[in-house]
Amino acid sequence: MDKPVVDWFSLSPSLTLLAAAGLALLGAVLVPRVAVRIFSAVVCALGFVGAGVAAGLLYWKSPEATYEVADTIVRDRYGALAQLIVAGVGFLAVGISYGQGTRREHVGEYFALLAACGGGMVFLVQATNLMTLFLGLEWFSICLYILCAIEIDRVGSLEAGLKYLIVGSFGSAVLLFGSALVYGATGELEFGAIAAAIDEQGLVNDGLVLAGLAMMIAGLGFKASAAPFHMWTPDVYEGAPTPVTAFMSAATKAVALVLAMRVLVTAFPAEDDLWTIAVAVIACVSLAWGNIAALVQRNLKRMLAYSSVSHAGFMLIAVAADSELGAKALLFYLIPYSAASLGAFAVIAARERELGEQVTIDNVGGMGWERPTLGVAMWVFMLAFAGLPLTGGFVGKFYVFAAAYESGWWWLVVAGVIATAISLYYYLAVIRAMYMRMPAELQLAPAGGSPPREALLSASVVVCMAVTVVTFFAVQPLIDVAEKAASQLPF
Amino acid sequence: MLIAFPVAAALVVWLLPWTNQVAGSLALLAALVDVGIWINALTRFDFNGGLEFEQQEEWFGDLGVSYHVGLYGWSLWLVGMAVVVSAAAIAYAYWNGRENPRAYFGLMLFLTGAIVGVFSSQDLLVFYVFFEAMLIPLYVLVGVWGGPGRLGATIKFVIYTMAGSLLMLAAIVAYGLERGSFDIPESGTSDNHWIFLGFVIAFAVKAPLFPLHGWLPDAYRESSAEVSAVLSGVVSKAAGFGFLAIAVPLFPGPADDLQPLVLGLATAGLIYGSYLAFRAPDVRGVIAYSSLAQMSLITIGIFALDDLGRSGAVLHMVNHGLISAALFLLAGAVERRTATGDLNRLGGMARGRPALATVLMAAGIIALAVPGSSAFAGEFLILSGILDDGWGWAVAGAFAIVLAAMYMLRLISAVLHEDVGPAVPEEALDLRPAELAVIVPLVGCLLALSAWPAAITEHLSF
Repeated sequence: MDKPVVDWFSLSPSLTLLAAAGLALLGAVLVPRVAVRIFSAVVCALGFVGAGVAAGLLYWKSPEATYEVADTIVRDRYGALAQLIVAGVGFLAVGISYGQGTRREHVGEYFALLAACGGGMVFLVQATNLMTLFLGLEWFSICLYILCAIEIDRVGSLEAGLKYLIVGSFGSAVLLFGSALVYGATGELEFGAIAAAIDEQGLVNDGLVLAGLAMMIAGLGFKASAAPFHMWTPDVYEGAPTPVTAFMSAATKAVALVLAMRVLVTAFPAEDDLWTIAVAVIACVSLAWGNIAALVQRNLKRMLAYSSVSHAGFMLIAVAADSELGAKALLFYLIPYSAASLGAFAVIAARERELGEQVTIDNVGGMGWERPTLGVAMWVFMLAFAGLPLTGGFVGKFYVFAAAYESGWWWLVVAGVIATAISLYYYLAVIRAMYMRMPAELQLAPAGGSPPREALLSASVVVCMAVTVVTFFAVQPLIDVAEKAASQLPF
Repeated sequence: MLIAFPVAAALVVWLLPWTNQVAGSLALLAALVDVGIWINALTRFDFNGGLEFEQQEEWFGDLGVSYHVGLYGWSLWLVGMAVVVSAAAIAYAYWNGRENPRAYFGLMLFLTGAIVGVFSSQDLLVFYVFFEAMLIPLYVLVGVWGGPGRLGATIKFVIYTMAGSLLMLAAIVAYGLERGSFDIPESGTSDNHWIFLGFVIAFAVKAPLFPLHGWLPDAYRESSAEVSAVLSGVVSKAAGFGFLAIAVPLFPGPADDLQPLVLGLATAGLIYGSYLAFRAPDVRGVIAYSSLAQMSLITIGIFALDDLGRSGAVLHMVNHGLISAALFLLAGAVERRTATGDLNRLGGMARGRPALATVLMAAGIIALAVPGSSAFAGEFLILSGILDDGWGWAVAGAFAIVLAAMYMLRLISAVLHEDVGPAVPEEALDLRPAELAVIVPLVGCLLALSAWPAAITEHLSF
């Protein structure tokens, strides 16, 4: 058998991050203890910058989609754009993590794992083969299991890690089983070849293929935390260290959804009358469940966890549209959503470090006036989640609705509209708590003294806010970028 | 320019560390400059042409959305009313003093910019953006600086309006994709009743029209006086603009088919609002429900679907904006002196307070549409416009005008005349010069319009 040609360039984003992870690990041992934190953070940040640059180059240099490394990964703009998003999210997550009180003996590993996790994600979005798909998925999942549990002094963190491990492994197992069934039925691993095999061998209504497809959708639903596969989300988001939650909520969801769209569109075009309905139903369930459950949450991290379930629903609407406009909508939606999600969890992290306890809707009282920058930022993020104008969240929702309407899913538009109306209640509740109630009337006891200002965290929040707002005004250039990426998927 | 200036001023007020006094003066100055810009625009306006001061920038082309703004003759008058009322509201707040003035005045200026944006947008998505952008500052203005029941009031207000406007968003998506363009002048017309209803419900919440007025009493009672003035005077006219610029011209078929439905609801709102205004126990309640009634009347004028009704509706929108702003500011002045708006505990304030009595009387008399007043001219045009569509509508409208006289006279007598109420302290002052300087210009505009309503009705281009 021929030795496959390895296109190092198309692997460069993952390799950069892996190298950063290795370097950070080495640093944890070799660098003097006082400098470990700064060294590993800088290495990790540089890794994400490098991955971003590599992804940008890949985007620029890949006007045509090409299959590399024995047809296991695809080099195209769709993947490269998703890699860019992951790299940006990772870079900002480093800024948010820096001030987290991770124990000194773990901080090197923390940043190493963050970089490795990013490496898995950027690898996954290029996957075009059932093997690389599973490899990438497990690669980043295992890193995340450890990251969730890294604050071993906190029971909540350990619990989150364990829960995520068990439920996540179950999700992976389902996905793997589904892949096996599809392979068994078609005898192919590569997405395009699967589609061709289904077509040639007349397997459109084959039970094995359909069962495999259903299980793959469920497995990816676990990763994207779409209802009803979202049970782990609130507990894990609540227990994990807040910067990890921030990274997970933005990046994991992004890659899971981007990949879901790629698999469904490339491997199962013949079944699209079935899977679009399945995805649409999952989207509706996510919207309903996420929004209604979020209404009653007092803990902000839990609330945002349910809100992230509902956003998975919105993005699945774009997937269900099964069109180029849908892919465009998904990619565009991810940019302001990731920024807002990262930023919102970063603000929570700041408050958490200030109070030394979990942040609830009660103990953010008056924060808007005490910390004007963070307050305004949180306001912007909530408006973005709710899809109000002057934030990119609005344009994202608009594109999603447009894509759904264009594909004839008018009832999905209606479901989305109703969900948005419900979601306003809890998003605005955050603003209300921050601005309209004073700490004096809530009798909060501050944790003692004001904490040091965290320039890095504030800077990350400001960047997130800028991205959220700029995506509202500069739509055309971003949409052009997304359009070029989306046009490389076979519709 | 009219939009960008107040928004830019808002940013300046927010971001730079002004002292409290300076922030207020700066905001007031900005608001007055905006009025100046409008007067300048008025003198340069060509009332024979169509769209003037047009601006169009690409926003995102693949779906046919562009930042397209411009003014017609009739929307110019709405913009004028909006900037005048906003300036008065900012001046009133400046004189009264508000906590956190930088945030407060910045939001007021931002609101002004958004309102002007609504009245000048010529693209559906731009319209939606401005329509929602109004809501963001209003939410905070009511929620932070409002009265004791503000939290409930804001939630109700936001949920109502957002539910309405999200329906509109769905309608916009459907309409824009069907036509391939979101541009209002270019996209042509549609016959889809569902899309039409999506728009109508959104505007009916905003106006508000019966039976979607549930948010109205709370929001108008709990806001500070000047925010209520802007809310009822200006923001509600966004609905009138929506009906006139979008719902009727883009959907001629459905508008014609569903005319009886809208007219029926508006007439019900007119009578019901007038009745509630007559029964309301406090000053703000009377003005709030009268606002419901007047907006219904304006909707009747618009859905007369002829030129007379339309001109009357525009004139009456300007009238009502000025009247209700003046009345709410006066209500604020009365509440400041007596710490209550309860009509049973007020009374006898005319004695020894000639300025208050004169101004309130003047505003009230115009509001009840005495012949010769501008409100009379507006209502007369509306009723003659609707007469063609059935004399029943006109009779109901005329009946409501009688009710308007009843509730306005009740308000005037309960505040100014009768015995001195228990809440009215002996030493309560007459209107101060600063308050007069805010309210008298509004009443002055109304008197000028009363003398010459043709200033507006002869200078409309649609």
